Amino acid sequence: MLEIEIDGKQVTVEDGSTIMDAATKIGAFIPHFCYHKKLSIAASCRMCLVQVEKAPKPLPACATPVTNGMKVWTRSEQAIKAQKGVMEFLLVNHPLDCPICDQGGECQLQDLAVGYGGSQSRYEEEKRVVLNKNLGPLVSTDMTRCINCTRCVRFTTEIAGEMELGQAFRGEHAQIMPFVEKTVDSELSGNIIDLCPVGALTSKPFRFSARTWEMSRRKSISPHDSLGANLIVQVKHDVVKRVLPMENDEINECWLSDKDRFSYEGLNSDDRLTVPMLKQDGAWKQVDWQSALEFAANGLRKAAKENGPAAIGAFASGHSTVEELHLLQKLTRAIGSDNVDFRLRQSDFRADSFRQGAPWLGMPIAEVSALNRLLVIGSFLRKDAPLLAQRVRQAAKRGLHVSAINAVAEEWLLPVKNRALVAPSAIVPMLLQVVSALAAEKGVQVSEHLAMAVPSTVSDEARAIAQSLASGKKVAVWLGNFAVQYEAATEIQLLAQEIARLTDGTFGVIGESANSVGGYLAKALPIVGGLNARQMLEQPRKAYLLLNAEPDLDFADPIAAQAVLSSAPLVVALSAFKSPALLASADVLLPIAPFTETSGTFVNCEGRAQNFNAVARPLGETRPGWKVLRVLGNLLDFDGFDQNDSEAVAAEVLGAEIAPRLSACIAGMAFAYSVQHTDALERVSDVPIYAGDPLVRRAASLQKTRDARAPAVRASSVTLAALGVPSGARVRLKQGAAAAELEIVADDTVAANCVRVAAAHPATAVLGAMCGQISVERV
Amino acid sequence: MSASGLILAGLDGDRTWGLHDYVARGGYSALKKIIAEKIPPETIIAELKASSLRGRGGAGFPTGLKWSFMPRSFPGAKYLACNSDEGEPGTFKDRDILRYNPHAVIEGMTIAAYAMGCERGYNYIHGEIFDVYQRFEDALEEARAGGLLGQNILGSDFSFDLFAHHGYGAYICGEETALLESIEGKKGQPRFKPPFPASYGLYGKPTTINNTETFASVPFIINMGGEGFLNLGKPNNGGTKLFSVSGHVNRPGNFEVPMGMPFAELLEMAGGMRGGRKLKAVIPGGSSAPVLPGGVMMDCTMDYDSISKAGSMLGSGAVIVMDETTCMVKALERLSYFYFEESCGQCTPCREGTGWLYRVVHRIEHGLGRPDDLDLLNSVTGNIMGRTICALGDAASMPVQSFIKHFGSEFQYHIENKKCLVPPEVQYQGSQIYVRP
Repeated sequence: MLEIEIDGKQVTVEDGSTIMDAATKIGAFIPHFCYHKKLSIAASCRMCLVQVEKAPKPLPACATPVTNGMKVWTRSEQAIKAQKGVMEFLLVNHPLDCPICDQGGECQLQDLAVGYGGSQSRYEEEKRVVLNKNLGPLVSTDMTRCINCTRCVRFTTEIAGEMELGQAFRGEHAQIMPFVEKTVDSELSGNIIDLCPVGALTSKPFRFSARTWEMSRRKSISPHDSLGANLIVQVKHDVVKRVLPMENDEINECWLSDKDRFSYEGLNSDDRLTVPMLKQDGAWKQVDWQSALEFAANGLRKAAKENGPAAIGAFASGHSTVEELHLLQKLTRAIGSDNVDFRLRQSDFRADSFRQGAPWLGMPIAEVSALNRLLVIGSFLRKDAPLLAQRVRQAAKRGLHVSAINAVAEEWLLPVKNRALVAPSAIVPMLLQVVSALAAEKGVQVSEHLAMAVPSTVSDEARAIAQSLASGKKVAVWLGNFAVQYEAATEIQLLAQEIARLTDGTFGVIGESANSVGGYLAKALPIVGGLNARQMLEQPRKAYLLLNAEPDLDFADPIAAQAVLSSAPLVVALSAFKSPALLASADVLLPIAPFTETSGTFVNCEGRAQNFNAVARPLGETRPGWKVLRVLGNLLDFDGFDQNDSEAVAAEVLGAEIAPRLSACIAGMAFAYSVQHTDALERVSDVPIYAGDPLVRRAASLQKTRDARAPAVRASSVTLAALGVPSGARVRLKQGAAAAELEIVADDTVAANCVRVAAAHPATAVLGAMCGQISVERV
Repeated sequence: MSASGLILAGLDGDRTWGLHDYVARGGYSALKKIIAEKIPPETIIAELKASSLRGRGGAGFPTGLKWSFMPRSFPGAKYLACNSDEGEPGTFKDRDILRYNPHAVIEGMTIAAYAMGCERGYNYIHGEIFDVYQRFEDALEEARAGGLLGQNILGSDFSFDLFAHHGYGAYICGEETALLESIEGKKGQPRFKPPFPASYGLYGKPTTINNTETFASVPFIINMGGEGFLNLGKPNNGGTKLFSVSGHVNRPGNFEVPMGMPFAELLEMAGGMRGGRKLKAVIPGGSSAPVLPGGVMMDCTMDYDSISKAGSMLGSGAVIVMDETTCMVKALERLSYFYFEESCGQCTPCREGTGWLYRVVHRIEHGLGRPDDLDLLNSVTGNIMGRTICALGDAASMPVQSFIKHFGSEFQYHIENKKCLVPPEVQYQGSQIYVRP
């Protein structure tokens, strides 16, 4: 620890601290531009120059290490003179166009110029003009305003993992630009807008639509991935204008993924369902709430009466709130049916009755930084959980060794020490080998229920992964979305759990959606022998409730879902949006509020319940989903549907402590697996980052990004050669009776004998299940 | 080029850069002596300290002291770098050393690597002298073939790999940490210090960087002893030094002379003033050094202490001589343009300030000066100096301050009369291409 004095105040700081750290500790503000607590030190803006005893010249506070007994003055004459001098230089080539600048009112340069700038410029020469750059559909540029602080450059390099921006040219000609003819395509790109201390990088979707002081700032929680990023939603006249990060070091730090940040554009899309609708004689017409709710209640009552309560089934999306999921299962169970599920993209439910709790990450998100070994199985980590991937990236810089087993070697922009690239059907055999090698490394017995299945010969890849994990002190094993959605998910989980046991590590599931954990806690799944999501499609019901889900894009098998739902006598859909597939399947549409127009709770992957309030009035006649479900309960004369507010609903689920209810483990289940060698091509599906839920699918700017391009079929060049199909050719894909025509491209990140075909996209929604056999032939 | 002194001695033949030429001049005897006698590294550093050799790149930092900063017991790689990125206007000595005596640099670097325990070295050569880079590569090949470089040098257990690296002509890459960034393949921009290269240098490893001439002096120091080298010059200013004399003299070129030689003698060696004109001003240490009036300069001796006392710097030893036909405003305009173009753009005062300085000087030169422009220039340079990551900001400011200090009346005349104090026809005479008589 070091003792120093800043502006006469004594402060004790850790060794290696800078003057800026010490000043922050005592709350002394030192003006700065290039310095940012999460980025490396550039020391280039020179705004934070301060006076230090015995130093002949002012020193930058951000980069000067503290020494014991140091005396610093941040507002002495020498310091102020230096700071004012730098401010003058920053402004000589700045256009001073604040009245037409989107950053006006929230601009660090503007704010500091008030304190440190002159009232009149001494610079009367020509000013520099810098041409704007096309950074893609999300970030708008006015590069003449740039002060070359390089925060954006350091962000893309250090946090996003790929240097997509750089400072080209020298001196006054220096300018920030992407690589030639390239845009900034990172899934974290929006953060450079927050980081930019001037109006050089601003939000393209938000541009010129409001001034910062005109908007209310309201807290919320992201409804997308399982991280549950904390948001500040900015609202003007009940319209969401912009989403910014709410800093929370334990979850999203000061960052947001682009999905969290820009999905708000979907809130007011033309697809919004604003009035209840009823299908009568095949034609849709708008009705009042009373008629719609009575129709739904009567229909459900009639179906249950005529065919028994088990004829009712309920599907919910994992992006629904805890309150919605709880009332949906409560309603279904009150009717007398156990047929309810929120895991619409899963296909293997064999482990359900052996689960020890709600599958969660197995550890707090913030502890990722303390890991030193990590095995990620079946995950498109970077696109499925961008900020979790970012945490892993930072941990990897500090020595975390990452191993991955998947059918696609997605570029994670972090060093992956060991990677096993295998077809989906070979993931379980690979894990068995890892278990075998790990037991040998550790000199420990494999658990009894697995002992018979474990092979004696082990591949080099499996051994490398086992050795890496065996040498770890703090190990975690995570299952990604693909592993959970795959048809052998149970075996994968059993083996992953065994690997965690052998390494004394934690075992967890990353989780697909904002309420992957909350859905389990709310019991929005069969518990007394009811039908799960897959069975409800295999054994069609007479009436379905559908919550926040679209039949063609949110199910593991979109063909089956559309067929079953459109032929069911009654489908009551609660949705914020309407879509052709929903209009074709449903019989009554109840407009419910998206996350910005209702209060609710999401439980994130670390088991943290985060509740939020509505930030805007519901659009049109939209009502919060939990209220609609409560009224349905009232209309059906069920008890327990008299909650006055969403807190009361949430309390029924979250009243008891959450932690004891969390466990990714399966217990008491036999391991019955025989290796089935197959020569057939296998389908691997990812859910593209901007296709995962109804809201993000309608976010216009996100849909213009490279990540949202129409999916092509991807296969390795080896597979293409075996098929005799050249890259770029159009092919016909066949899955059972379903077929689609798409372009095929060579992609050596895909395991041999597999084709990668994205799910949740209209172009592939005609194909059927997310995994399984598929055939490819040239058109 | 004068073929006297130590480094330049005997370089007046047709072909002087080959290995056998260098050996014939007594080359590699210092390295052989060190290897044969197993001289301990501490002894070599002590000799360097005794020689009072100061860095020849411009800053004049004592070389022996710099070498002693390298952590001896550091586990893992340590690097050595030679700064041959000679881009300072007026300086052209390293080019001639590498062109005519490359093995002196190789031998000096090898001895340095031995003394500091470096396993790998790089010679960063200015991009605009590509032929010199090629010649240095040839010299490296000869040395490797002769067992003087590479694994087990001269049969000992000492190994040292040396590589040439050519830049692309950016002046800023002559700043030692920008040079390291450039070797690493990044944009040449100075690093913030601390940490200094001795603890965190090339690829994050301890690194020592010296100028070409500094390394070339090392073999001579080993051969004649630190004391002998010191005695060639003055106390605290040991040895001989190369001066690149340019401008309005009869015989511009490189002259290696003992430290402390009167400027008047150096001027005489360079053939005296061109056309017998009157000496007006001298920049004694490259364009970054403050200009001195001719009269002041004639009383100086050519060593660090004397020039510093007169208010300038010996710098890299680039002596720019200007006679009475020179318009000082135009001269400054050219210098300011250089710094404006060569600022790396990383930190604010230099990026924005050098352009401002140039534009104001340009305006004065073109008859658009304003009464308060000189105060403005002094204020702006004051805001740049000492506020930047590297010394380029200071280097851009010092000429402006010194030109105004010593020739302020000429600037005033420009501002008030919208024309030059030195009549255009006189300037024209002075600018004629000169043919040596």
